[in-house]
Amino acid sequence: MKQGSRFWAWLVFGVGTAYFILPLLATFEFSLRKRRGEYSFDAYRSVFEDPNFQTTFTYSVVVAVFTILLGVLLVVPTAYWIRLRLPNLRPVVEFITLLPLVIPAIVIVFGYIRMFGSNSALPFLATARGTDVLLVIGYAVLALPYMYRAVDTGLRTIDVRTLTEAAQILGAGWTTIIARIILPNVLIAVLSGAFLSFAIVIGEFTMASLLNRPAFGPYLQNIGANSAYEPSALAIISFAITWGCMSLIQILSRFAPRSANRPN
Amino acid sequence: MADSTMSQTASVSPGAPEISRFRLPLHWLGVTPFFVFALVFLILPTVGLIAGAFKNAAGDYTFDNIIALSQPKLAAAYLVSIQISFVSAALGALIGLAMAVAAVRGGLPSWLRSATLTFSGVASNFAGVPLAFSFIATLGRLGVATILLRDIFGINIYSLGFSIFSFWGLILTYLYFQIPLMIVIITPAVDGLKKEWGEAAATLGATNWQYWRMVVIPVLWPSFLGTTVLLFANAFGAVATAYALTGPSLNIVPIQLFAQIRGDVLYNPNLGYALAFGMIVITGLANLFYILFQRRAERWLK
Repeated sequence: MKQGSRFWAWLVFGVGTAYFILPLLATFEFSLRKRRGEYSFDAYRSVFEDPNFQTTFTYSVVVAVFTILLGVLLVVPTAYWIRLRLPNLRPVVEFITLLPLVIPAIVIVFGYIRMFGSNSALPFLATARGTDVLLVIGYAVLALPYMYRAVDTGLRTIDVRTLTEAAQILGAGWTTIIARIILPNVLIAVLSGAFLSFAIVIGEFTMASLLNRPAFGPYLQNIGANSAYEPSALAIISFAITWGCMSLIQILSRFAPRSANRPN
Repeated sequence: MADSTMSQTASVSPGAPEISRFRLPLHWLGVTPFFVFALVFLILPTVGLIAGAFKNAAGDYTFDNIIALSQPKLAAAYLVSIQISFVSAALGALIGLAMAVAAVRGGLPSWLRSATLTFSGVASNFAGVPLAFSFIATLGRLGVATILLRDIFGINIYSLGFSIFSFWGLILTYLYFQIPLMIVIITPAVDGLKKEWGEAAATLGATNWQYWRMVVIPVLWPSFLGTTVLLFANAFGAVATAYALTGPSLNIVPIQLFAQIRGDVLYNPNLGYALAFGMIVITGLANLFYILFQRRAERWLK
């Protein structure tokens, strides 16, 4: 590369990096200012000691775990079956898994509120527990594109047909094949999808707020309207959570090819 | 639940191709849970909304709701939404492409490239309420950058007309997830530019500018346009960031719809469905263009 273009590359890169780093630094600095005249972690302490933080965060973690379980139960057998027996159906399934990127979350939840009210055939919204279930379902739909792509990529690296036939020869049933042969082989891919789902779900605002559930996203919004320094602390905590999820995916992806292709 | 239907399939017919004629319908049992789920929790709710958009309160079919979308407040909401989405998508795409090209082709150290991609993966998912908090802490009226600019450089951006709660404030905030999303999606396309093409162009006597104008830009163009419309749809459906930043006052479609779902502020549920229908049409069109452009782009990415 010529000297001139390298200069431009550094310039573009420097300006871009400044744009991305400055808000993080500024937010962090702001979050330390709660105590007058000196830096302190008071804002973080006040966040962690807030019982509402603890309950809403726990609620969202539980919802995220159920979302991941539902996503895995739904996606792994389907993606496996599509690869094994119904490859013609693959474009249809791919199209459906992309729909949640086309239909905004707010429209999906609006549809739920209209369709699953107390007087409907499936009255999810009649009880609080039912609404929790509907929230998990909604999040599973939001995470569907990411979960499906992750699992499908994982399945691509293993020989699904041979593994299945080998297991059948040894007398395994379908449940055994999926739970004890396929799932362990695509575990890394499934975990990648799981962490991405977690990152998406943990601070989600729109669905949780419109379904009136006590989740972390609506709590964040409420804190933002009512206090000065805690929102910055929460922004840093949220960024750290997202960063943690993405780093775990990166670390896992390093193990992926070896474990997925292990011959024995 | 998926497993049980599959074991049924298996117990009826353990893999022998000769009897496949009898098994054919049972094959479908394996994907039934998925299709039932998608139908009940994705397709039917959406179709129900769309149908509602074409009905009046009595349940008769009508175009009144669609026509009512042209009332000044809603038309303005669509206009502002489209403007915000378009400007943030166009700027995000241009800046993202520049950064991707700089990181991949600019002769920067290779660790910067992987650091950029990792950070982009994080930042493209760092949207919503916390992102709004960050920008308020940075560029709000008492934000760190606002105060620094005022005290050190003597520039009071708020007296110059800037506000983080305004159109450009929102754009600046949206770019924080738009640029990284562009970098994540476009980097494979930039990677697909083969070294041989540059060498071939140089052999034929092309200048650097000619190489860019006649090779790089035509090859990247479909990916660029495709990703831009994807960014457009991404911004158009975003609720949380805008809501946390400006509250319910900002007149954009997702926030109007949010207020409508909360409390029927339009006093007409069916008009609310029409509002949602309008959103689906716009994001649907954007994604259709994305698929078309992407198909065109894949030619070069083999």
